[in-house]
Amino acid sequence: MTLLTPKNLLLTALTALPLLSIAQTPEEQGLAIAVEADKRDLGWSDSESTMTMVLRNKQGQESVREMRSRSLEVDGDGDKSLIIFDQPKDVRGTALLTFSHKDGNDDQWLYLPALKRVKRIASNNKSGPFMGSEFAYEDISSQEVEKYTYKYLREEACGELSCFVIERYPVDEKSGYTKQISWIDTSEYQARKIEFYDRKQSHLKTLTFHDYAQYLDKHWRPARMEMVNLQTGKSTTLTFTDYTFQNGLSDSDFDQASLARAR
Amino acid sequence: MRWIAKLGAACLLAAAQPASAEFYQQFDTELSLEGRAFAQSAAFESQTDGNLSVSVLSEWYAEWNRDFSVTIAPFARFDGSDDERSHIDLREFYWQGVFNSLEVRLGVSKVFWGKTELLHLVDIINQTDTVENIDGEDKLGQPMLRLNWALGNVSVQAYALPYFRERPFTGEAGRLRAPLPVLRDDAVYESSDEEKHLDYALRVQGYLGALDYGLAWFSGTARNPQLLAANIVNTADGPQPSALQPFYGLLDQLSLDAQYTVGSWLLKLEAVWRDQGLLAQSPGQPPALVGEKYGAATGGFEYTQYGVLESAWDIGYLAEYLWDERNDEADNGFQNDLFLATRLAANDVRDTTLLGGVVMDLDRGSRFISLEASRRLNGSTKVSLEMRLFSNIDPRDALFYPIRQDDYVQLELTHYL
Repeated sequence: MTLLTPKNLLLTALTALPLLSIAQTPEEQGLAIAVEADKRDLGWSDSESTMTMVLRNKQGQESVREMRSRSLEVDGDGDKSLIIFDQPKDVRGTALLTFSHKDGNDDQWLYLPALKRVKRIASNNKSGPFMGSEFAYEDISSQEVEKYTYKYLREEACGELSCFVIERYPVDEKSGYTKQISWIDTSEYQARKIEFYDRKQSHLKTLTFHDYAQYLDKHWRPARMEMVNLQTGKSTTLTFTDYTFQNGLSDSDFDQASLARAR
Repeated sequence: MRWIAKLGAACLLAAAQPASAEFYQQFDTELSLEGRAFAQSAAFESQTDGNLSVSVLSEWYAEWNRDFSVTIAPFARFDGSDDERSHIDLREFYWQGVFNSLEVRLGVSKVFWGKTELLHLVDIINQTDTVENIDGEDKLGQPMLRLNWALGNVSVQAYALPYFRERPFTGEAGRLRAPLPVLRDDAVYESSDEEKHLDYALRVQGYLGALDYGLAWFSGTARNPQLLAANIVNTADGPQPSALQPFYGLLDQLSLDAQYTVGSWLLKLEAVWRDQGLLAQSPGQPPALVGEKYGAATGGFEYTQYGVLESAWDIGYLAEYLWDERNDEADNGFQNDLFLATRLAANDVRDTTLLGGVVMDLDRGSRFISLEASRRLNGSTKVSLEMRLFSNIDPRDALFYPIRQDDYVQLELTHYL
């Protein structure tokens, strides 16, 4: 260890400034890209959409899920969402209210229409299949920056675009993944592809994003997502229709009374 | 009364919405075919060993501008052997309006209060449709005016319940019934207003971090009647009742229900303090009205292991203890009982689930075993299997003793239109 003389101190100060902006660690670079992507999407307030899932098994047999989704942007914390299930018909009228949090477990309540019962459910079931599909609960939940740590890998061509390739590691130990590799395009910061690696570090699933459309001249949303499970040969297509933004929704549209009223 | 006028005006306003207002409606119908097979010969001659039954539940829901809605849900069952189980009921028929943080519901509706899985002690608004199933989860529609103020994490509900629904009872041909016919049409009431007694209830419910809670007060007609010995006839063994007559006393109930959710654990509690009017019967004397004050509680946990052995299966473990201060007089049969169960969920495309458990009477050794499983056959049909067994039932278990030979397996096919 060398003593910092006034001369050395001056030298350090002069050289450190440009170094801070250039020589970021891969971890800092990865985080910076995630923060930028998040920042570019701020200000959507609320949104509504209809979600259709087509589940396919290895033999190509299909089954369909339909839901309506309402989301609310929350300042300083994770988003709130309300999902109303329409198909299959035996779960019609079931609704799921989620308050996602940047830190710790989300809060979740389920409304069971046959019993008229609102039930708080344990939300640490991250890795379980959502509606029997290839999407896990953690794949469809609100993607907060704080839920992962990051590492920048490289920049490469992705189709006609150029993409950042970054690894992200779930903070929550209940996650079903050890890492995800994501491709984010360098101009609009849209996710183009994510590879999911399971607890044994092997490649489990690949998610691709298609048909992006821009809303309110700012917010990009994919109209279709394809999730393929490489280990089972099953796949799920998730499509979004009837996207609307800034519908004037507020906290009172995401409370337990609204959950019990949701149709 | 001015608010009633305001409410009426609001209803008219809602009904008179211009055609351009955002309108949404749903119409759903489910048809069920149910078969029951009883393993043992019947305890009473009039009963059958098997049963076929069909039911239909329809629901029409219409909504204007998201804030006003009308729900109409009629139900009907036609039972192959029991005329009393064949019944129709208007499960729901109500108008609902939302005025900022106030939700107003007027009409026939269903409401659930509570947290535990086996016994719903706190749940009191609706009468139980006991002929549907002995699990107590089927309810008759209850006429009500309900106001619900949503205040962020807390909501306050006030109920006025102007008309009482009497409990249905299984007929003589049906299994799973009381030892004597119940004189349903000759019910007696503590209140001179009988079924027109105005019941009311107040409930505060909400959540605080990981804690969900409900604190409620109910004052009105007891939903669960006392069954009195009636139509005394002289037999070789002396005078014996030949029928049972329902008596509905007045009940004040203070209740608490709570659930604490932490990690994979759900910790649950329901407790009630009641002051109930009952008729004391002693031979040769007219029945005397007495007020009985007592407490009852149930609580326990549910712990779930997710994705067991690298599969998509979840396994849940449930344990609930049930206590009632009245001991053998407990009108639900659970005074010092332990419920242990497991819940399996395959999380597959067909949504295969299974819940199996046993309730053990820690005083008497009686056991009630239950298994429920269901699976989707395709997008619009579901099959459900149910098995209930009564084992080692002690004669002092007055509620379970008459049905001790009524072990059954039930298969139900439900088609959603």
